[in-house]
Amino acid sequence: MRKWMAFGLLPCLAIAAAGWMLSAPRPVVAAVSRALEQGGDAARGKLFFDAGGCASCHASPGQDDRLKLGGGLDLKSPFGSFFAPNISSHPQDGIGAWTVADLVNAMQAGVSPSGQHYYPAFPYTTYARAKVEDIADLMAYLRTLPPVAGKAPAHGLGFPFNIRRSVGVWKLVNFNPAPLADDPAQSAEWNRGRYLSEAFGHCAECHSSRDMTGAIAPTWRYAGGVELEGEGWVPNITQDKGGIAEWTAKDISWMLKTGDTPDGDVVGGSMKSVVRNMAQLPDADRDAIAAYVKALPAKVSAPKSVKK
Amino acid sequence: MIRTVLTLTALAVGMTSVLAQNDPIATRKDMMKQVGRANGEVIKIAKGDAPFKLETVQAALKIMQDASRAMPGLFPDTARTGGETAALPKVWETRADFNARWEKFGKDAAAVSAKIVDEASFKAAYGQVSSNCGDCHEGYRMKK
Repeated sequence: MRKWMAFGLLPCLAIAAAGWMLSAPRPVVAAVSRALEQGGDAARGKLFFDAGGCASCHASPGQDDRLKLGGGLDLKSPFGSFFAPNISSHPQDGIGAWTVADLVNAMQAGVSPSGQHYYPAFPYTTYARAKVEDIADLMAYLRTLPPVAGKAPAHGLGFPFNIRRSVGVWKLVNFNPAPLADDPAQSAEWNRGRYLSEAFGHCAECHSSRDMTGAIAPTWRYAGGVELEGEGWVPNITQDKGGIAEWTAKDISWMLKTGDTPDGDVVGGSMKSVVRNMAQLPDADRDAIAAYVKALPAKVSAPKSVKK
Repeated sequence: MIRTVLTLTALAVGMTSVLAQNDPIATRKDMMKQVGRANGEVIKIAKGDAPFKLETVQAALKIMQDASRAMPGLFPDTARTGGETAALPKVWETRADFNARWEKFGKDAAAVSAKIVDEASFKAAYGQVSSNCGDCHEGYRMKK
């Protein structure tokens, strides 16, 4: 009896306990300063709302108002359906009761106010690189938007992905955000473009291919990927000839504003929604994003057989 | 002499329509590429990468009107698949809507063509025709 406990049960329990502790949700802040809680600039926040593409996932589907953030959009993935939550200012069904600290933890640690992991379908892997002040401004803007009643459905995920705690293990392997310091060797415009893309725009989340754990494979970052729903291809946007080497920065900026491509075509699918957001930005910020994308080193396109 | 020219012209027209009948997929792909190239020249003007030329804009609008008339006939039941076509089955499932969009595209191109006389009217009016592109491609063309 004792042998069985020593060699069987106890080690299993120890491993389970270790796993439980290691996968614990870790918020980044316990609270933010009073200045940040109360002093957010909604006008600045609108820019981050547009750059961050919140409306594309969180706007209530089947209607045209980007600012009606009732959630409910079904994001079909290889893991099952993710239903984007209600992030309107509704106090019960949305995030109307959230503090700035709550939003910071959600967007930068992937942790909910009740201390649970969010699935990385919510691209906190990108938003983790934003400045806290900018998240505070975003909250100020979100608070000006109308409340929408109704919670989104719970996710429809297959086993074992429906075990939310397991995201903690995923984070241990795949979520190590490094802060984005400006690169002094690059222009102010490039640095601004990098910040808007890598901390808010989350372009890489669609334009890349991923490994088996669902993390972006560095070799394939920006080199194209299968669309989330599994049909169609999201293009390589590096300077490879299989990417957008023939586009000028002006072409990129124009496309982000109008959807027009330099060969007389238009972008479609999810990119249409991105263009609706990008069109809201000041010209200089669109140009900055374009400058950053134009400077992405050439990468051979990811193989189309790779599943997301 | 004139009879030869007329005969040859008739033959050429006949051949084109026979070719179109024989390979509607290649013909329609080619036609869309023409529309794309023409639109591309207009986009250059809109971006400020090329000087405004009324003839360029009007030529593009004419190509679009021609395409809007010819394209619906290039999707017979016999040409649903093959030839690396990007046409989705929806073309045949909602055929009336598909054909109606071509008609709208042609009407918009004609209307815009009548309005554009200079750069200012170009900037104001061109969007009416270019909004047709995305709307139709969205449901009817395969994502690459």
